[in-house]
Amino acid sequence: MKTSALPLYATIAIFLIAYFLCYLQFPFMLSTRVIGNLLTDNAYLGIIAVGMTIVILSGGIDLSVGSVIAFSGVFIAVLLRDTGLHPLAVFVLLLAVTTAFGAAMGALIHGLDMPPFIVTLAGMFLARGAAYMLTIDSVPIEAPFYDFLQDLYYKMPGGGRFTLIAVIMLLAVAGGMILAHRTRFGTAVYAIGGGAHTARLMGVAVGRTTVMIYAFSGFMAGLSGIVFSIYTGSGYPLATVGTELTAIATVVIGGTLLTGGAGYVFGTLIGVLTMGLIQTYIVFDGSLSSWWTKIVIGGLLLLFILLQKGLLSVGQRQQGEAG
Amino acid sequence: MLLTVRDLTKTFPGTLALDGVRFDLRAGEVHALLGENGAGKSTLIKCLTGVHLRDRGEIKLDGTPVSPTSTLEAQELGIGTVYQEVNLLPNLTVAENLTFGRQPTRFGMVSGRRMRAMAEEMLAGYGLDHVNVSRELGSYSVAVQQIVAIARAVALSGKVLILDEPTASLDARETETLFDVVRGLRERGLGIVFISHFLDQVYDLSDRLTVLRNGKHIITAETGGMERLDLIHHMLGHELEEAEHRGVAARSRGAELLRFEGIARRGKVEPFDLTVHRGEVIGLAGLLGSGRTETADTLFGRTPPDQGTARDDTGDIDLTTPRAAIAAGFGYAPEDRKTDGIVAELSVRENIALALQARRGWARPIPRHEQKALAEDYIRRLDIRTSDAEKAVGDLSGGNQQKVVLARWLAMNPRFLILDEPTRGIDVGAHAEILRLIGELTDEGMSILLISSEFDELIAASDRVIVVRDRRHVSQLVGEEVETDRIIRAIADHAPVEGAAT
Repeated sequence: MKTSALPLYATIAIFLIAYFLCYLQFPFMLSTRVIGNLLTDNAYLGIIAVGMTIVILSGGIDLSVGSVIAFSGVFIAVLLRDTGLHPLAVFVLLLAVTTAFGAAMGALIHGLDMPPFIVTLAGMFLARGAAYMLTIDSVPIEAPFYDFLQDLYYKMPGGGRFTLIAVIMLLAVAGGMILAHRTRFGTAVYAIGGGAHTARLMGVAVGRTTVMIYAFSGFMAGLSGIVFSIYTGSGYPLATVGTELTAIATVVIGGTLLTGGAGYVFGTLIGVLTMGLIQTYIVFDGSLSSWWTKIVIGGLLLLFILLQKGLLSVGQRQQGEAG
Repeated sequence: MLLTVRDLTKTFPGTLALDGVRFDLRAGEVHALLGENGAGKSTLIKCLTGVHLRDRGEIKLDGTPVSPTSTLEAQELGIGTVYQEVNLLPNLTVAENLTFGRQPTRFGMVSGRRMRAMAEEMLAGYGLDHVNVSRELGSYSVAVQQIVAIARAVALSGKVLILDEPTASLDARETETLFDVVRGLRERGLGIVFISHFLDQVYDLSDRLTVLRNGKHIITAETGGMERLDLIHHMLGHELEEAEHRGVAARSRGAELLRFEGIARRGKVEPFDLTVHRGEVIGLAGLLGSGRTETADTLFGRTPPDQGTARDDTGDIDLTTPRAAIAAGFGYAPEDRKTDGIVAELSVRENIALALQARRGWARPIPRHEQKALAEDYIRRLDIRTSDAEKAVGDLSGGNQQKVVLARWLAMNPRFLILDEPTRGIDVGAHAEILRLIGELTDEGMSILLISSEFDELIAASDRVIVVRDRRHVSQLVGEEVETDRIIRAIADHAPVEGAAT
């Protein structure tokens, strides 16, 4: 068994146990309605978390994604309000913009040899600022196509809705899994996370790969912005403040090493669902403050950091004995 | 000839790293490349593998001139390299590491099954049948990783294999396994360049050898026909016609100060005994990588000893951390002062006060005027050339930086001071001053362990010299015995010497 897969198993086990405990207290938690809402409510988070997983696997970080979601919402809303473009054309335009934005950050990170933290921090302020330049108010989206998208769902037995945006999220996860685990690009991402210098010696085009990593994250942030606009039916420049940090937390809870080089995209999905589960429980309970979500997330994060540190030292000891 | 290098020249700002070097390599031979620090070995390798671009000269592979501009290009031409630090990725599986960049794909997706089959095929014949290619590389020992790296380099390149100190972190059994692999590759007709500090291994494995010194080609010869003594002369470049002037008159030995017994650190230095007397200078001589710096690191707790005891007249001494060693009155000016010795951004005053402040604890800052007095005192005593005590140390010359490091330790008033290459990279004048200073300090009763590649310096300053070879303290020269000829003999002597230095 791979040592690096242990955090993934731990994540899955924690999720299942937590779900089981919730079920014991509120049997309704296992209904398709709750499951459908769990996927729908966290769709936008799941999508950026996939992009964030790729970025973190490469040893980087992308702080701009929360602002990019807000920018996307405003961009779509304003364009639909002021021009006669079809929403699909706006989506394509938006994805081109956010992908290029991510690629530009990747190019800066590689070209100037700057820490991703600071470059994407600048990106975070830029995207938020750009959103404010478009509008300072919440702009409702009234395109008929949006109503169509919002009503697109499959009614599961038991009354739960398997919505379009939940499907998009699951497709994004599947796409991310193939990209990370089944392509040469994915291996190159792990290689850079394992050591950029060594990766270069082994023939990875580090510059190109870095640009592609952040472009992918930018694309995912744009996609998440579309999903978020469908979810809320409006664009608001103050939306999703701090969501990038939640995404980072789900990635780490999903078992990915924050320093890069080890982790699984599937774990991130479980991380997102775990976070959603906690929120659902708090809603069910009714008496708990929503701040408990943050406290539980904090505790889980700490647990996973300790787990990974522990596994790391166990692994080193094993190797010492073998050597 | 498989590989021919002619008139290779490479300059870096301020230094001529390679000066008209020639080198050749036959198919089916192991060719050792030897030289001390700064000889130009690594520059030569980097020119061959496309890391550096040469200024002048010619490299021919199979008779065709080549100029690789990247390691990737060198690999494709047929020149593969395996470094001391395994340059593979421990977080990827063995199979991914082996097939990296050439993974078999179908519709853009990597086929795991075909990749594993490919990796197993690449590993066949290396005696690694127990290795599961689906496991992470990092879960295997360094020796296995090293062999995987070789397998990858051979599969990718297949003509020239450069092994840059591959055995530096292996034990004897692992080294033998590795050598078997290398011999197998020699049979297959590869040309292998072997770099190692261990002369025994050079004699064990190589067919021919080339010595570089100060960026110049010194000699290429059959290994079998080269005497060890001659080889070391070529590497060190010492002419033996004149006996060096000995600076220290035979001094009476002071009282015993410290006694180290059976101190050792696995993989760094074999057990040794050392007795230090008051006011003496003990020189430590040996080739690069022989265990000189490792001895110092172990004595100072930087890599704490895993066996052995240290004692003074009051009892046992704790050597588990540098902090404990400092508390026991030890001081250590390491070899690489730029990274380990000074804090370049801080001023001369701050650098000198640093260790003293650390010992007092941060809660009790040394008053500014005391710091200033301290700094000015040492600037005067050691003749540190600086405009004033507030100048950043990084702006001083090498010799003056070294004096600041010395001043910091002297401010602590240690009883045992370890100086690793204190005169490296400083000019002749400062060199003489530091030697004079060593003399003064020992006259005041301090004991010094002096590590140096310069035999003249060791001979001029030391009361006795301990010779280290292959991580072992092999012999001791006292008084009149301390002379270049004998030191070189002791380094060259490969018969096990009884009774390590005491």
